[in-house]
Amino acid sequence: MDRRRVRRWFVALLVLHAVVGGAGFLAPYDPVKQDREHAYLPPMRVHFLGRGHLHLRPFFYAERLREGTFDEFEEDTEKAIPLRFFSTGEQYRLLGFLPSRRHLFGAEGARLYLLGSDGLGRDQLSRMLYGGQISLLAGLLGAGGTIFVAAMIGTVAGFYGGWRDTLLMRLAELFLALPWLYLLFALRAFLPLTVSPLRAFLLVVVVLAAVGWARPARLVRGVVLSVKERDFVRAARGFGAGDAYLVRRHILPETRSVLLTQAAILVPQFVLAEMTLSFIGLGIPEPVPSWGNLLAILQQYSVLVSYWWMYLPALAIVPFFVGYQGLANALHVDGVTVKIEGKRGGTHHDIGTRFSPAQTD
Amino acid sequence: MILERAFPLRKRISGGLLLLACASFFLIPSSMLPLPNTQELLSVPGEIGHAGGRLVVSLRAEPKTLNPLSAIDAPSREVIGAMQADLIHINRGTQLTEPALAKSCKVSSDGLQYTLVLRKGLRFSDGQPLDADDVLFTMRVYLDESVHATQRDLLIVGGKPITVRKVDSSTVIFQMVKPYGAGERMFDGLTILPRHLLEKTYLEGRLGQAGGLSTPANLWAGAGPYRLKEYEAGQKLVLERNPFYWKTDVKGNTLPYLDELVFLFVPSADAQVLRFQSGETDVISRLGAENFSALARQQRTYTMTDAGPGLEYNFLFFNLNDLAAKAAPEVTSKSKWFHEVKFRQAVSAVIDRDAIVRLIYQGRGTALWGPVTPGDRRWVDASIGRPPRSPDRARALLKEAGFSWRTDGNGATELLDSDGKMVEFSILTSSSNADRTKMAALIQEDLKELGMRVQVVPLEFRSLIDRVTQTKEYDACVLGLASFDADPNSDLNVWLSSGGTHLWDPSQAHPATPWEAEIDDLMEQQLDTPKFEQRKKLYDRVQEILAEYQPMIFLASPDILTGAKNSIGNFHPAVLEPYVLWNVEQLYVRSEQVSASR
Repeated sequence: MDRRRVRRWFVALLVLHAVVGGAGFLAPYDPVKQDREHAYLPPMRVHFLGRGHLHLRPFFYAERLREGTFDEFEEDTEKAIPLRFFSTGEQYRLLGFLPSRRHLFGAEGARLYLLGSDGLGRDQLSRMLYGGQISLLAGLLGAGGTIFVAAMIGTVAGFYGGWRDTLLMRLAELFLALPWLYLLFALRAFLPLTVSPLRAFLLVVVVLAAVGWARPARLVRGVVLSVKERDFVRAARGFGAGDAYLVRRHILPETRSVLLTQAAILVPQFVLAEMTLSFIGLGIPEPVPSWGNLLAILQQYSVLVSYWWMYLPALAIVPFFVGYQGLANALHVDGVTVKIEGKRGGTHHDIGTRFSPAQTD
Repeated sequence: MILERAFPLRKRISGGLLLLACASFFLIPSSMLPLPNTQELLSVPGEIGHAGGRLVVSLRAEPKTLNPLSAIDAPSREVIGAMQADLIHINRGTQLTEPALAKSCKVSSDGLQYTLVLRKGLRFSDGQPLDADDVLFTMRVYLDESVHATQRDLLIVGGKPITVRKVDSSTVIFQMVKPYGAGERMFDGLTILPRHLLEKTYLEGRLGQAGGLSTPANLWAGAGPYRLKEYEAGQKLVLERNPFYWKTDVKGNTLPYLDELVFLFVPSADAQVLRFQSGETDVISRLGAENFSALARQQRTYTMTDAGPGLEYNFLFFNLNDLAAKAAPEVTSKSKWFHEVKFRQAVSAVIDRDAIVRLIYQGRGTALWGPVTPGDRRWVDASIGRPPRSPDRARALLKEAGFSWRTDGNGATELLDSDGKMVEFSILTSSSNADRTKMAALIQEDLKELGMRVQVVPLEFRSLIDRVTQTKEYDACVLGLASFDADPNSDLNVWLSSGGTHLWDPSQAHPATPWEAEIDDLMEQQLDTPKFEQRKKLYDRVQEILAEYQPMIFLASPDILTGAKNSIGNFHPAVLEPYVLWNVEQLYVRSEQVSASR
């Protein structure tokens, strides 16, 4: 068992999430604020050298449109603007409730676009950070909901068996057979036309949880089926333990490693699902950013060939996916080890390998 | 996407030139004098090209039909335009009428009788002669109600259909009961059908369905520059040169120059751009500004042309339907804001039109305060004010109308109506139109400055139109319309309160407001006013009323953006549809390219 590896991946993910969670502080600007003089501005350079000597304080030059063009900018070297750290700027609420005006960096007199701006002159860095909040939260909540539903259904099906098992598992198969993207289309189509960004977000989460539960539920059922036949469970029953006690004390703890592995696999999947929904315009509505709708603009040929910094949100996703994949692998190894230690006979080991991420998409 | 395509019944009444004695137009060029071979050909000015080569064009969708009687979609119209001809044609370049199959047109002094003389020796693309009988047959078909021809509306003047009489085999007289303001512009688009091919089908009552794309090439003919060659379902439509065409260049070479005209079916705008960029297609039109600049940046073997302001106008409009009977209280309070003229004027005052032109059209467009675009040179009312953006004026207007403001917990301002309700509404846009969605995002931010909470809802085009014209469940909408002719009559259906495209409150039984009644009156008056100056005065007044009451808040008009390979000669894009193929008979491939392609 390699708890060290699990811990390492976990810490890495924690740091990544803290970066996105602290978007209000790290992002210099309001993600929906338009700057109509600076649309499609490429990432700006921060200078340390100016007029031949080294500056202690990094600075940048204000940019202006090259005459006669609409998306070509040039540095105005007359206007050097010093970068200020821990400056005050637009108000935000850290983690959604702590009001603050303090930003990691900022400047007076002009806006600094470290990662460029979009077609409406909104700061791409701020949008990526805030967009990450939405997408990750959708992923985490969606996965949480899914795991909860899956644990309930899987346990009931596995523990009670009989017609309940048949009913729930056929239902799960039905959900597995459904092409989920089209199901999402259909579900979204039934919902009201105008939904506030918050409600749209919750709907996305609910939709995600509603379609995702089937596979983890089947896995949980498998574990429960095997656990409930084990000697210690039989013994506890013999001593007069009730169903609720058995499930709580003996059965659910055994499903823990499966559920954790599943959660680590599901979070990035759901982030991706949110992005897909937003990409095709069914998710979080503009102007609120999410990783999906930040990438939606890449559907346009002109953006693809002209403004490379619009691809950057796609890169932001990579470390998160690597992190979750790593965590899932570490947890998986951990889970199998536990199983092999605790069991006799080959069948349980088979169950263990069936949880491998490769076979659960 | 332009709304026009969604309204099959939109009246195609073109028109508008004053009735200058129209014979004076037709200064007959010397080459039109009878030629020895008894063919009266029309010589057209332009670069002298040479025969051969092919032109490949992409269409957004497969044409529905080759039949001019039932074509309503843009791809069909584009293809038919290359295969058919009319008696009198509007030159897309000059926006004026020109003789076509008819070599002359005389109007009687009372304006009720048009005498048209056909060219001698005209032939359809299958070699059969075209004469007065074909014109009579065509008119009979157009006017037959059971055929449901899209052109029928335009042939009803003063409530009575136009009648046609044959004088001899090359002379016909059109008779109407009232003079018609649009004059001979109405003949544009009335393509002459081959009687020898279609009469039997017509008598059997199947003419409306005839002309599917899979019609055998020898059973379909027209008097246009190209004729059907082959059709590959889902892939392409190939047309070939019509050897019997009736135009020549100034040197007397017969037109068209090109051997083949190929239409590829390429479903998305971005895919069309890619095809053009890779050289698979030779010309491109209907480009967005961003795609245009992206192509222009890499131009080597092709040249991009900004043909100037077109006739498309984009606007924001509010739901002004009378919903009182069935609506929820929430809807009625919204409806109350929208019906308030000052509310609409305030919205108009706060919208940053220059930002729309700059950020969406990259400067290749014009801000609008009225419906007539600068592309419509003769009809635009120059006296309409172009007030700069002013949030202060907007606030003053809202205050006058009883609105007030408060600050919410986060320090943001909220606009409240006189009942203390927060002003909150949604704007629909077509999800397939990136430009308009972006326009809505700009408007959303502008309105935030007034404390209005606005949501942008991109919807698939068909369901958007359904909401606006059928269910009427919407608050506001950003949309665009493109007039197909530089004449007020082409927008009759938009301004008349009974019109189906009177978007803010369509198909009214009686005009809902005094100003709508006044517009109805003015539009009907101009219909049978023959003098341009008088019609212009009437239409100017319409534009002024619209600018004052703002049932549509006009935003901006994009330029017509096109491109063509450098090897294509005589490429002169126009701002009227079909933007690049209007002079398709004169387009040619320059010599070195012809030999190279062989």
